[in-house]
Amino acid sequence: MSTLEIKNLHVSVETEDGEKEILRGVDLTINSGEVHAIMGPNGSGKSTLAYSIAGHPKYQITEGEVLLDGEDILELSVDERARAGLFLAMQYPVEVPGVSVANFLRTAKTAVDGEAPKLRTWVKDVNAALERVTLDPSFAQRSVNEGFSGGEKKRHEIAQLELLNPKFAVLDETDSGLDIDALRVVSDGVNRYTAQGDRGVLLITHYTRILNYIKPDYVHVFVAGRLAESGGQELAEQLEAEGYDKYVKAAAAL
Amino acid sequence: MTATVDNFSSALELEHVESHLHPEPSYDVEAHPKPTGLEEIWRFTPLKRLRGLLDGPVSEAKLKLAEELPEGASLSTISREEAKALGGIAPLDRLAALAVENAPDAMLLNIDGELDAPVRLNWSGEAADQIVWGHTVVKLAPFAKATVLLDHIGSATYGSTVTYLVGDGAQLTVISLADWEDDAVHAVQNGVSVGRDAQVRFFEFTLGGDLVRSSTNVDYRGTGGSAELFGVYFADAGQHLEHRQFVDHTAPKTRSNVVYKGALQGQDAHTVWIGNVLIRKVAEGIETFEQNDNLVLTDGAKADSVPNLEIETGEIAGAGHASTTGRFDDEHLFYLQSRGIEETEARRLVVHGFFNDIIRRIGVADLQERLTSAIEDELATVVGRLES
Ligand SMILES: Nc1ncnc2c1ncn2[C@@H]1O[C@H](COP(=O)(O)OP(=O)(O)OP(=O)(O)O)[C@@H](O)[C@H]1O
Ligand SMILES: [Mg+2]
Repeated sequence: MSTLEIKNLHVSVETEDGEKEILRGVDLTINSGEVHAIMGPNGSGKSTLAYSIAGHPKYQITEGEVLLDGEDILELSVDERARAGLFLAMQYPVEVPGVSVANFLRTAKTAVDGEAPKLRTWVKDVNAALERVTLDPSFAQRSVNEGFSGGEKKRHEIAQLELLNPKFAVLDETDSGLDIDALRVVSDGVNRYTAQGDRGVLLITHYTRILNYIKPDYVHVFVAGRLAESGGQELAEQLEAEGYDKYVKAAAAL
Repeated sequence: MTATVDNFSSALELEHVESHLHPEPSYDVEAHPKPTGLEEIWRFTPLKRLRGLLDGPVSEAKLKLAEELPEGASLSTISREEAKALGGIAPLDRLAALAVENAPDAMLLNIDGELDAPVRLNWSGEAADQIVWGHTVVKLAPFAKATVLLDHIGSATYGSTVTYLVGDGAQLTVISLADWEDDAVHAVQNGVSVGRDAQVRFFEFTLGGDLVRSSTNVDYRGTGGSAELFGVYFADAGQHLEHRQFVDHTAPKTRSNVVYKGALQGQDAHTVWIGNVLIRKVAEGIETFEQNDNLVLTDGAKADSVPNLEIETGEIAGAGHASTTGRFDDEHLFYLQSRGIEETEARRLVVHGFFNDIIRRIGVADLQERLTSAIEDELATVVGRLES
């Protein structure tokens, strides 16, 4: 049983007019076996939260902690966090020219496991993971994300999720830009991952659409850099009907 | 001009172009006065480090040669005058003229038919203070097809001129490798004359040497020819690696594509890329693109990158250039690291990726491996880091 605890997290970015605070005290605890959905309007800081957990250098943590099984991961480098069991499926996966998917996946798997995967089964595993997200095995020879369509990039993130099998996965709008078939493929991947029973998911999304496929245990409303409300599935339905208006107004009134 | 049967020795019927890109070609050493260092074609080169080559010291020394000649390829020694009479691009600078003038004789590599294995000319030098002059002519008969590998190892102070005469419809891949010891000096002019509908792919890999100055000049002896010039260079502390191209579109419907990529690391690592393209009035419907990308791995290194495009006709199919000089892309590193890959390993992957685009095109397996591991070695000795 693992725990990812976010405590009073404050995060700023450097802007032309100086420091700008984006996250203004986020508190959230995710236990393994749980799926948490975070929903919020554009610009509310959802990606900032995701990147801050992963350790992107652009974001400065000014206050608070992120603990993985009690250990403060904010002290760790990006790669150390990943090796500790964190995974971020990015809203905009990065293209890395010249680095083949096959080489990338093998290097990542070796890093995360601390030993090289068995050569014989590995190629099969990669092909199977790609096929499960309906990517042709030929993608293994292409450069990482280069020239991939938006949907292919997202499916590639899910293939990585399955191959690297982290303790906790942060999925930043993995559903956006997907057609209905791809949405199902991606959801199936996430569900296979959670079906192991001891993995935690932080699912960031705009749309309740994906929640028809992935059933969250908790739904959080994220507005203006913090959690405005938490509840269950019914909260998602309420958001679907009413939008974020009420929360945005309340946040503005603060 | 001597009258011969093939099309190379006939003078190009071109009007004189007052181009600032290059001086008049000539075999006459006196036509290329000793540079002061202010000249356009010399201003990036540290002349002092040429070890007196510009004075044209006489030397009978040669590089040691080990050759592999598949059927269809033959190698012979010819005289300077015979070599000149074969035609091709005359020297465009003093060192190229001196190489022809001072080389004890010339070597002719003749290629006929389609070769089923690469020609390998493996040259090695004995000592950095040994002056060597070299003059080589590579001649492909019409419709011949060959890959020619020119390998340079060891050390020397070496001035050379290599002339390529690519017959109509022929296909030539050249891979020129400067894998010198750190104290070598090498100045080379490659002159490539592309026949009608011929296709040339010219690779340069420059890894070693204290100073390497390579000028690759291309002209077209008929319509429809294509020349692709690819380069990879990796400069360490103190190295000066200079690559100049001059693509002279002398015929209609010809094509050129130039892609050079370099990495630099260490104090006073210096690279220079000059990409000159001239599109003459006769050269209607041509297409050209040139690109140079530099990856600066540490502080203290400097990459110069100068594309030049001179266009004398409005009737072209496409012309463009791009030049980038940058440090590691943080987003690339972040993505790789977010998958558990350590920073040094992530940097390695990115550098490999950067060069792989060119290396994978070579199509000679053992060489691809050698270059990949050479870059590996370079990266293993990174001196200092970027202050990001
Ligand atoms: N360099 C920067 N300069 C100024 N503002 C910035 C900078 N980087 C991020 N921001 C701002 O931080 C806020 C939060 O951005 P973030 O990407 O986290 O939002 P988000 O909730 O993920 O939005 P979306 O739903 O559109 O993905 C936005 O208002 C954004 O404009
Ligand atoms: Mg976002």
